Amino acid sequence: MPILTVDMTAGTLTAWRKRVGDAVKRGDIIAEVETDKGLIDVEVFTTGVIERILVQAGETVPTGTVLAVITEEAGTQVFVARPVPGAPVPAAPPAAPPPIAETPGRPRISPLARKVAAELRVDPASVRGTGPGGAVTRDDIERAAADRAQPPARPVEAPDRQARMRQLIGAAMARSKREIPHYYLGTTIDMSRAMTWLAEENLKRPVTERLLTGALLMKATALALREVPELNAVWRGAEAVPSPAIHIGVAISLRGGGLVAPALHDADRRSLGELMTGLRDLVRRARSGGLRSSELSDPTITVTSLGEQGVETVFGIIYPPQVAIVGFGRVVERPWVVQGRIEARPVLAATLSADHRVSDGHRGGLFLAAVDRLLQEPGAL
Amino acid sequence: MTREEVRAAMLRVLGEIAPEADLRALKPDVPFRDQLDLDSMDLLNVVIALHAALGVEIPEADYSILATPDGCVDYLLSRLQR
Repeated sequence: MPILTVDMTAGTLTAWRKRVGDAVKRGDIIAEVETDKGLIDVEVFTTGVIERILVQAGETVPTGTVLAVITEEAGTQVFVARPVPGAPVPAAPPAAPPPIAETPGRPRISPLARKVAAELRVDPASVRGTGPGGAVTRDDIERAAADRAQPPARPVEAPDRQARMRQLIGAAMARSKREIPHYYLGTTIDMSRAMTWLAEENLKRPVTERLLTGALLMKATALALREVPELNAVWRGAEAVPSPAIHIGVAISLRGGGLVAPALHDADRRSLGELMTGLRDLVRRARSGGLRSSELSDPTITVTSLGEQGVETVFGIIYPPQVAIVGFGRVVERPWVVQGRIEARPVLAATLSADHRVSDGHRGGLFLAAVDRLLQEPGAL
Repeated sequence: MTREEVRAAMLRVLGEIAPEADLRALKPDVPFRDQLDLDSMDLLNVVIALHAALGVEIPEADYSILATPDGCVDYLLSRLQR
């Protein structure tokens, strides 16, 4: 069971998308997991064949529990469960594997039971045998097939999930405030060039390809991180490791409360159109279910925009194990002095909360200045 | 299309984007943003879905006219009748 968020301790496997014997390749979705962040698609990080399934649909298991065994093309066996960098070691030990562990290679199973297992597409290794010496019997196989056909035993009720999500957010934020020496910086950015460019650009685009201000902000943030890479890092043990890739965690509010911040992968390398498509897709899947496990575990920095709610300035709390969070407020018209004259201009408050163990205010200031400079040339984003 | 048909199309689109909302309680003259907690991404998706459903091209400059249920229906009707 992968650790998808820093304080996740367990998850419910709701469905397998692949079966024993299926070939899988890196990035394939092999299962669905119900977490406090909703239904998450679990990806596989290797290429091979599913050899055994160890956790059945409906089971709730601690993070770190092996869900399945995949035999790689080279013959090496790997286990499906990938921790998020910097996440705590789960308190609960991984679930004990089924009795097959006592008989490496093949489970003890009669030829008849093996034939029934193949017909019913049940992995014998995932079935607890009740026959002599723990052998898997035909009854065991048929019972496992019947159990699999049942709907998930314990779907998480929405109110429970809301409460649990609130607890998890609280725990992560308390940990952040307790452990991370935050510093906070803010700057006001003249958005007149960006807004004018955006309006002109959207006139040229079909409705399905129009851009929102958020796409410009994501791209400017991503490019500015190239200039101050220490802000794009995650803690691994006692070391903050800068990430070569820029995966922006986009804070998305969920209907009915709560939030999730899945990764917009490689944000610095995508065009504005690609970023916009990615953002739309992330928001849709965050709110309707279907985020991928890597999207929850990969962010290297978070961006939160609260301008929609009328907020002018965001004072963000860093999401561990990241080392910085960028906040954007609402674009508002304000008096702005230009060459000695006062003009009404659309402006935006950009803020940075960063980990003082990793960077200092000078570098943080350079980052915000870079965001400002990049937004003055929106056509080059 | 009749006014009722346009309104039904609008409600279908809203139901897909805000499935938790009680659309029967929708007030005709209050902005969607206020009564359905829609953000700019949702509103863009509404415009895209209305375009797909009705074939109406909606320029960005007209978004503010579509801000309320009645405003949206009036606007779509006027575009369809052109």
